[in-house]
Amino acid sequence: MLTPGQARGLVQERFGVTASGEGSLLVVEAPADRWLELGGFARETLGCVYFAFMTAVDWKEQGLEVVARVENLDANFAVFMKTKLGPGETRCASLQPVWRGADWMERECYDMFGIRFEGHPDLRRILLPQDWEGHPLLKSYAVDTPHPPYR
Amino acid sequence: MEIKAPTPQIPPAVWTEFKDLQEWEKLHQTRPEGDKHSALFETLEDGVFNFPGGFIVTTVADAFFNWARKSSVWPVTFGLACCAIEMMATFASRFDVERLGMVPFASPRHSDLMIVSGTVTIKMAPMLKRIYEQIPDPKWAVSMGSCANSGGPFRHGYHVVKGVDRVIPVDVYVPGCPPPPDSLLYGLLKLQEQISHFRKTGQRATPTEKTD
Repeated sequence: MLTPGQARGLVQERFGVTASGEGSLLVVEAPADRWLELGGFARETLGCVYFAFMTAVDWKEQGLEVVARVENLDANFAVFMKTKLGPGETRCASLQPVWRGADWMERECYDMFGIRFEGHPDLRRILLPQDWEGHPLLKSYAVDTPHPPYR
Repeated sequence: MEIKAPTPQIPPAVWTEFKDLQEWEKLHQTRPEGDKHSALFETLEDGVFNFPGGFIVTTVADAFFNWARKSSVWPVTFGLACCAIEMMATFASRFDVERLGMVPFASPRHSDLMIVSGTVTIKMAPMLKRIYEQIPDPKWAVSMGSCANSGGPFRHGYHVVKGVDRVIPVDVYVPGCPPPPDSLLYGLLKLQEQISHFRKTGQRATPTEKTD
């Protein structure tokens, strides 16, 4: 069975980055164009079959950062995947072909941050009404943005 | 190295023609006609009132009708958030609103009162309004808790209606986060007091003072 140390070695060998994080948590940062590759690698090679969650961070002028946590439930370690999309960029590869559980997470991420996941089969809003304007978790979203007819 | 990405087995979306509830709501914003029965009743009552000595008949009839109205206010069970727990406690045996003639009923079409217990989100507001409109006249609404009064702790959220009185008319505001059953019971007694002063059809007393 794969140990976290061996997994770190595999990540170093494949992506050329040292996985930070300690113990059974591997924090791997990849460029945006290798995001899908990182997902496939985490699932097939590292055996992370459980997609825990996905969200994004708005670093204002530095652009958006997509983060996702996947877990290998047998070997008991987790991989925390990060990618920076770059300033003004909203497109990102979809992980839905790799984990079906990423479907609704990416829809939520699109809903809240406006990230267009390319390759997602049905990218609609999931929490807010379909006719909502704007993406509320962006730092540029004003809290008092009026949404007629109820406010 | 290639990625063995399995082809998605999810069927394509069939709800692309889905009409949003708010779109649907826009089509049903106004009623085509006014309430003809209430208007007829009002003119009849005005006629009797202006007849010599007729005011005795109308005031006695009003008192009788208001007694009947306030003695059987059936609230529709409409729980939205944690206030609903307190509302259920009020409905249950310890506080027992049935001794006030209130039967919690799970159908808006047989109810007279809507207790809005909890946070109203912008997505929920059209449904709330539709359920309120299904209640037959005369109908009342109690706004229970800080969230329904003004948005409460979620007032500065992006998705919360800042007070349910932006959606439906409210008669009694019950403050608290959440209000204990005693508070709600007091509010319901206030509502009964208002109903006993219900004048003529559609003319209701002013709502209680709004406190967050």
